[in-house]
Amino acid sequence: MTREQQRKIEGKIALTFSTLAAFLGLFWLVFILGDVLVHGIKALNLSLFLNDPTPPGTEGGGLRNAFIGQLLITLCATLIGVPVGVLGGTFLAEYARGRMIARIISILADIMVSVPSIVIGTFVYAALVIPIGHFNGWAGAVALSVIMIPVVLRTTEDMLSLVPWTLREAAFALGAPYYKVITQVVYRGAATGILTGILLSIARVAGETAPLLFTSFNNSFFSLNMNQPIASLTVTIFQYAMGPYDNWHEQAWAAAFVITIFILLLTIAGRLIIKWRYR
Amino acid sequence: MPITFNKKNPVDLIFSFLTAVASFTVIFLIIGIIYVLISESSLAIERFGVIKFLTSTDWNPVKESFGALTNIYGTVITTFLSLIFAIPVAIGIAIFVTEISPSFLKGPVGVAIELLAAIPSIIYGMWGLFTLSPIMSRYVEPFLKKATDGIPLIGILFQGMPMGIDILTASVILSIMIIPFTASIARDSFNLTPAVVKESAYAIGATKWEVVKNVVIPYSKLGVFGGIVLSLGRALGETMAVAFVLGNNHRITTSLLDAAATITVTLANEFAEADNDVYLSSLFYLALVLFVMSFITLAIAKFFLLKAERKYSR
Amino acid sequence: MKTILKLALVMTLIFSFSAAYAAEKLNGAGATFPYPVYSAWAFDYNKVTGVQLNYQSIGSGGGVKQITARTVDFGASDEPLKPEALAKEKLLQFPAVIGGVVPVANLGNVKPGQLKLDSASLCKIFLGDIKYWDDAQLVKMNQGLKLPHSEITVVYRSDGSGTTAIFTEYLNGVCPAWKDKVGAGKAVKFPVGIGGKGNEGVANYVKRTANSIGYVEFAYAKQNKLDHTQLKNAAGNFVEPSFESFEDAAETGDFNPQKSFYLWLTNAPGKGSWPIAGATFILLAKEKTDSNKHVVKFFDWAFKNGDNKAKELVYVPLPKSLKDKIRGYWKANGLQ
Repeated sequence: MTREQQRKIEGKIALTFSTLAAFLGLFWLVFILGDVLVHGIKALNLSLFLNDPTPPGTEGGGLRNAFIGQLLITLCATLIGVPVGVLGGTFLAEYARGRMIARIISILADIMVSVPSIVIGTFVYAALVIPIGHFNGWAGAVALSVIMIPVVLRTTEDMLSLVPWTLREAAFALGAPYYKVITQVVYRGAATGILTGILLSIARVAGETAPLLFTSFNNSFFSLNMNQPIASLTVTIFQYAMGPYDNWHEQAWAAAFVITIFILLLTIAGRLIIKWRYR
Repeated sequence: MPITFNKKNPVDLIFSFLTAVASFTVIFLIIGIIYVLISESSLAIERFGVIKFLTSTDWNPVKESFGALTNIYGTVITTFLSLIFAIPVAIGIAIFVTEISPSFLKGPVGVAIELLAAIPSIIYGMWGLFTLSPIMSRYVEPFLKKATDGIPLIGILFQGMPMGIDILTASVILSIMIIPFTASIARDSFNLTPAVVKESAYAIGATKWEVVKNVVIPYSKLGVFGGIVLSLGRALGETMAVAFVLGNNHRITTSLLDAAATITVTLANEFAEADNDVYLSSLFYLALVLFVMSFITLAIAKFFLLKAERKYSR
Repeated sequence: MKTILKLALVMTLIFSFSAAYAAEKLNGAGATFPYPVYSAWAFDYNKVTGVQLNYQSIGSGGGVKQITARTVDFGASDEPLKPEALAKEKLLQFPAVIGGVVPVANLGNVKPGQLKLDSASLCKIFLGDIKYWDDAQLVKMNQGLKLPHSEITVVYRSDGSGTTAIFTEYLNGVCPAWKDKVGAGKAVKFPVGIGGKGNEGVANYVKRTANSIGYVEFAYAKQNKLDHTQLKNAAGNFVEPSFESFEDAAETGDFNPQKSFYLWLTNAPGKGSWPIAGATFILLAKEKTDSNKHVVKFFDWAFKNGDNKAKELVYVPLPKSLKDKIRGYWKANGLQ
């Protein structure tokens, strides 16, 4: 065999492995999503959304309280996390641009992003659950927002920095005060990027379980009261999947299916918005 | 460039103040987290000290004696193994997407990999328990056990009952989780290789693989390495994906078919029920150790990523 | 401007819902041992009174921790607290129902109640001294059963568990080697095996792991069709877990309100007693007088109306004399 043929074969083998690796990645995706799809759809029925849980052994239970609770917690977390994140990112990209404080906060935000979510759960337990005296939904929402804030902040900072400086200068030249420049010119320019960041961060916290384990705890009843423990889909999936009852397992699959679809749709929406805008 | 604005405009003042407060919450939160972790674990730190806690394999709530080593061991082993499984696949994916795939496939494959990243970790955990674990215990693990029977070093790794609830299964799940993360950072690093360098290599007759091996990979070494360390940090902090299939046994074991414990899973399982002060304090101590570990990992990753950035912008 | 208005509307709705839905709520947490019966009682109580009694089964350790931290209205623990511990944390304690901890095994060809074990073999299995199902000691007791040559996978509780407390209290009493090496308590260091979270987790693992053995509260074994074993009791007879054998064990118990009902029912001496029976206890924080009254109202209702449900789930309702003692305890402590 000539040296050239040898090199060609070596190359083909190596590249085949790479392609196989890519297909392996795809395989896992299809396998996992497919499993969730198949098992989830089997167990999906209307009573899952309309009924509350029944004691183990009793038929007819549903997960209405968990769905509503999850929505409520995520909504509250978003209402807390997004404004703080966007405003914070604005500060870093605008008023403090180039200053040392911006670098410091940026780095601290990166550190926060990599703090394991369970550690954040323990922090919020000590900070909110113990002083208030009992588990409550607000603690869960705050824990999720603590995860959201640095993500939204960094994305906003990056997106705002991408807006060309000349745009701001033009607005200043027209006599606009800085806050107007930001809200009416810069935000508009970076809107899709910020929106994508927000959507992706919601997708991330909507699937979190660990921070809710000892903050919002869980509730077997339907409740809209955020001052008390409240059910969440993720913690319920944990409880049901680890339990021995078969109908709990079915409900866990169905809930997993719903949450996965929701998060995937959010993720796809985020990506599509970027693509559509920067076509 | 320094921003100056009219400090006499009240709305501007208020708005800038609001944004400043918002960004300062990051500082307060970090300080708060560190403060809470340290103050809550102070009892355990007093009782056990630093070296003793980190090297003790005791985890005995009855006798109130705690040590972090079993948890650290579990965390390190599962993370390390998951990286071993994930890195080749991730690099392969990155090579495929950047060099091999036809352009119509690049988008969809990229999206597919990102979807893998978006799946919540509890779904991974559940799927691991219901689907992967039976496959591991019925087919993969017995096969591995038989195949390595008698081989001196590797054989030790596969002793014990193949239950499917063990370090090996947990590591596989963790590796699937970090593949997309590593792959996208690797892909971005590969894409930063200047076309001109690659073209010169092609010009002197290199095959595609030789360009990848001798040009792209060495060029993007730093970025890829930073990405790997970042994935390590992510794997360190994973809780739910591992909680279902790890088996929760506080011990140090040489067999991958044994159950173990990681810091995150111990926290998840035992936090709500630590019924004496030393127990709870030791759990906070564990959380502090984990925080320090992920902080160090992040610092290392940032170091490499920044070096890579500097190199490319030259 | 529009978004601000929308936001304000959403927040008002949220808060008004919070206020409107202040249906009376009680939060309890603790033992997984009685979870099936507590949740059944709470479900029926809610239908009758509209009160939502939210009980989360996080393990006895969690129950004790949460009531000590006053983050719940009542805690539930299978491991009774000694009077000194109760005084230290200013807690009140009374039993609610009695059940039994049952070894469950997953051996394909063996039917429920067929496998016979005695205290020595059970102890050795959990210590890791007996490693295979066809060990000589097991075969001797089980002539007529084909035990496979497979390794035994032990499943225990990974969380702070009153079920573990009852189980290890039994082993402590009958097996000196166990007392020496491991001891008794809610969270002991099990020498071998895998840990599941809650009775639910252990049942789950035993169900899906061939050749495994674990210990669960009997309701879990029944509801999940797990194969329970027979045990040799103190009187030397092999008994199966059942309402009768639990009741037999319960009858020997002398619960003393002066000692806050602290009592173990393990290794009961009766002829037909199940050796690993136990009561499960409710813990209240002394100073929460208001919520305590509501919790007591619930259990009073359960004592009057919940016996049949408890029996259905193979728990032993407390004997009438004990219920009266408990009511006396409530009155003495201003709870009723």
